[in-house]
Amino acid sequence: MDSTRRTFLKIAGACAAGLAVKPATDALAMDLVLPTPKSAAPDAAALRAGKWAMVVDVKKFTEESRQAVAAACRAAHNIPEIPNEKHEIKWIWEEHFENAFPGQGGEHLPPEVSRTPLMVLCNHCESPACVRVCPTKATFQRADGIVMMDYHRCIGCRFCMAGCPYGSRSFNFEDPRKYLENPDPNYPTRTKGVVEKCNFCAERLAIGQLPACVEACQNGELLFGDLEDPSSVVSQALRANFTIRRKPELGTQPKVYYII
Amino acid sequence: MYNTGKIITGLVIFFVVFTFPFWFNGAKAVPAPKPSLDTPKINELKAASEDGTVTCLMPTEYMKSEHMVILNEWRTADVRRADYTASYNGELYPMSLSKTCMECHSNKADFCDRCHNYASVTPYCWNCHVEPKKAEGE
Repeated sequence: MDSTRRTFLKIAGACAAGLAVKPATDALAMDLVLPTPKSAAPDAAALRAGKWAMVVDVKKFTEESRQAVAAACRAAHNIPEIPNEKHEIKWIWEEHFENAFPGQGGEHLPPEVSRTPLMVLCNHCESPACVRVCPTKATFQRADGIVMMDYHRCIGCRFCMAGCPYGSRSFNFEDPRKYLENPDPNYPTRTKGVVEKCNFCAERLAIGQLPACVEACQNGELLFGDLEDPSSVVSQALRANFTIRRKPELGTQPKVYYII
Repeated sequence: MYNTGKIITGLVIFFVVFTFPFWFNGAKAVPAPKPSLDTPKINELKAASEDGTVTCLMPTEYMKSEHMVILNEWRTADVRRADYTASYNGELYPMSLSKTCMECHSNKADFCDRCHNYASVTPYCWNCHVEPKKAEGE
């Protein structure tokens, strides 16, 4: 090999310089290690499940209880009431049968089915389209089946809104704070430019409380529980009643069941 | 050299404008901000402690430089893994900006904002997270 003293010295110098900056690179690498709190754990009181699911007992609902359910959700999550319908934020809302269950009704439905609105919300699908299309993993599915939003990561591309076949997602076209007089400090509001939706009250389950809408029901209009637990209220209701789900033909496997 | 006058004048003007921040502020250093620890909750803790001092979750120096790292980790733990509490100094705390941090540091304007303004950083925490309301009569 044709090497001279000169090239040897050059390489030796470069190596020495490399060693000299090692402490600096070490320090940089140190900073990248996050101080994960090793003690981080769910709250002792947290409600856990294999798969969370909800049963909506449509017949039990009254005008009053529909209002109460929606109001409880709005209060629990600082959801603004925006007069402009195009900017509306919806977590749980009223929909008519023909719109909620297109193709599932016949020509001659009883009037209490066709004319009374029913409550619809995010279905927390088993194979959620919104999660598949989200480019930033801002929306994801937890092990217990809840389809969650991480608003910190949402870039507002609205792919999830295009993906969701149920219209369960709303985009913040404007700052929601303008429409909230007294936001509850225990739950964040959202900011302009993110998508939001029902989270099955993950923040309440984490401290051992049932979802706000379920708690607002006086007569068991909404049932919430673990699909994998045969003794849960949801499993019992599903065994005892014929239930339907929204747009089952799409294969998203919704986990919100309706007793019509 | 052509256009000497114009070039020199231009250079002088550029130099003056470019160095504006330096000579306008003189050599005066803006004093480092002192975040206020005067909140009802902290005073209460101070009165309750034996030596009159209170430590945050971690030592003050660490909190000063790394609080954002803690918050970032809390966010991941809470949102992604549904972990709700973590223990610091042998006590369990909810990993929550508004429930844990802001419970003691309820004076956002005199605590958070002072340093953030000084360092000219605008964290977007409060675009969503709601800052605690001032107590009655404050």
